[in-house]
Amino acid sequence: MSTETRPSLRRLRRSGTERILGGVCGGLARSLGIDPLVVRVAVVALTVAGGTGALLYVLAWLLLPADGTDRSLAHAAVRDRGTNLGEVLAIASIVLGVILLVRGTGIWFNDALVWPLLLAGVGLAVIWRQAGDDDRSSLLRVGDRLRRSDMTPDLRSRRAALARIAVGVLLVVSGVGAFLAANDAFSAVRQGVLASAAIVGGLALITGPFWVRMGRDLADERRQRIRSEERADMAAHLHDSVLQTLALIQRNADDPRAVVTMARRQERELRGWLFRNEVDQPGAETLAAALSRAGAEVEGLHGVTVDVVAVGDLPLDDRLRALVAAAREAMVNAAKWSGDRNVSVYAEVRDGEASVFVRDWGAGFDLDAVAPDRHGVRESIIDRMARHGGKAAVRTSPGEGTEVELRI
Amino acid sequence: MKPKVFLVDDHELFRKGVRAELGDAVDVVGEASEVDAAVEMILERRPDVVLLDVHMPDGGGRAVVQRVVPKAPEVRFLALSVSDAAEDVIGVIRAGARGYVTKTISGPELADAIRRVADGDVVFSRRLAGFVLDAFAASPGPSADPDLDQLTAREQEVLRLIARGYPYKAVARELTISARTVETHVSSVLHKLQLSNRHDLTRWANERRIV
Repeated sequence: MSTETRPSLRRLRRSGTERILGGVCGGLARSLGIDPLVVRVAVVALTVAGGTGALLYVLAWLLLPADGTDRSLAHAAVRDRGTNLGEVLAIASIVLGVILLVRGTGIWFNDALVWPLLLAGVGLAVIWRQAGDDDRSSLLRVGDRLRRSDMTPDLRSRRAALARIAVGVLLVVSGVGAFLAANDAFSAVRQGVLASAAIVGGLALITGPFWVRMGRDLADERRQRIRSEERADMAAHLHDSVLQTLALIQRNADDPRAVVTMARRQERELRGWLFRNEVDQPGAETLAAALSRAGAEVEGLHGVTVDVVAVGDLPLDDRLRALVAAAREAMVNAAKWSGDRNVSVYAEVRDGEASVFVRDWGAGFDLDAVAPDRHGVRESIIDRMARHGGKAAVRTSPGEGTEVELRI
Repeated sequence: MKPKVFLVDDHELFRKGVRAELGDAVDVVGEASEVDAAVEMILERRPDVVLLDVHMPDGGGRAVVQRVVPKAPEVRFLALSVSDAAEDVIGVIRAGARGYVTKTISGPELADAIRRVADGDVVFSRRLAGFVLDAFAASPGPSADPDLDQLTAREQEVLRLIARGYPYKAVARELTISARTVETHVSSVLHKLQLSNRHDLTRWANERRIV
């Protein structure tokens, strides 16, 4: 740590912590033992007064290694592309040739402007490339996310983004240039404006990765927030229902039946909450859902377990509503009279016919011995089914439990 | 002889409860709370029946079945789960479990189910029977192997009675066949469920996640 902080030009590094763009000012300030703000103000002043500040900054960014590394971006660029040196030279020659050719035709601003611009451009490209290398994978992820969220296709990849920026800068610069060239009266301002445009373009290129990263951070933060909201939702639900039930259960520990009823109701509710889906809307209710609810009601009222198994399903209509009501009556009967703590309900939809079986393995009864003034079975089950064009059959005998079969 | 049972469940409280409920009916030879440990210990101790939780980290009960069966085909699995989601149930059965019961099952019923699995029989809960009926009824379509991809009329009758809440004995009485024959039908249904390669079986289970 002491070597890091000792003022020494030999230890000059771009700062990883004190950075706005490349960390050049931070690093320089650390080496000189002064406040980074002083260096920054100096650089900005140099930039405003003729543009040298920006060029020096870019140059330093290229040549100074970052904290924790020994290779500068320029060094890395040369090293990494070392095998392609010939290629690079070839491309450079071609570009140079084209530029000289254009220069020869006379469509030209002037040497003092073009050459520094060209050099700065190459430098910026190298920076972009090197900085981008580290961020390539994350940039690809950003690209993916942009693709998924159906943004403009132009934003798809890093290459496209780079091309867009480059073309944009080129257009702005040449547009301004052409405008000024056409209006000779402004020739005095031409160079100043061009220089500013170049700097703005350069800044856009250099800070591109920074903005991308910031966008990604924002997206991350948004995801985090959604997740924590879900957690809060979950916690609220658990608190309102599950914890309350657990407290009730503790208080009623000596009443097993109440405990079972509460636990069962809570289980249903939690299941419904965990596995809720769009189909569960009241408007689009189905036979299976209605039967489950009827079973849950009977469970709550009579302290038995009603287990509903459904094969196939249909949207609820009036006839099926009658079926459910009759089935509910059968469940209530089973719960009240059979003495069995478990009632099995099986529903099946096959070939347009819906059948429901309500089964218990309790006491059972002698159907013929039922007093005629007892209306439960006859009216609310058998007659109800008949009125809606269905059939009901009760199979029972003492000791063998009861099964009510309903068809419609 | 008491069957040797191994418990796999990531909730210690639940393992304790099962142990207590089973009491002397079985011989619990070990328990594990995660997939890797479970596979290792099952292969070492060779229980008759593994009571398996469907929902566990690292692949759940299905992963345990898939990893043990090739090395120890004689070990039988009974899935025990709080989840009624068809996806989970069908998944673990297709991996090779010989039955599925829900965690709300009573102690004596569970002990009985374990004995049946240990004897090589199959345990179909009402819900599992319902799932199977539903799955095989769903969109017949062209099938690669009609023998495997369909249930016989008798098998459907048996499953329907089980789904209606009939114990095996009552099923046998209702259909006037022997309890042994009921077992045979149920085993053959399980076989079909495991070997049938119809793609819609998995798709059906996925659609039916919410039960």
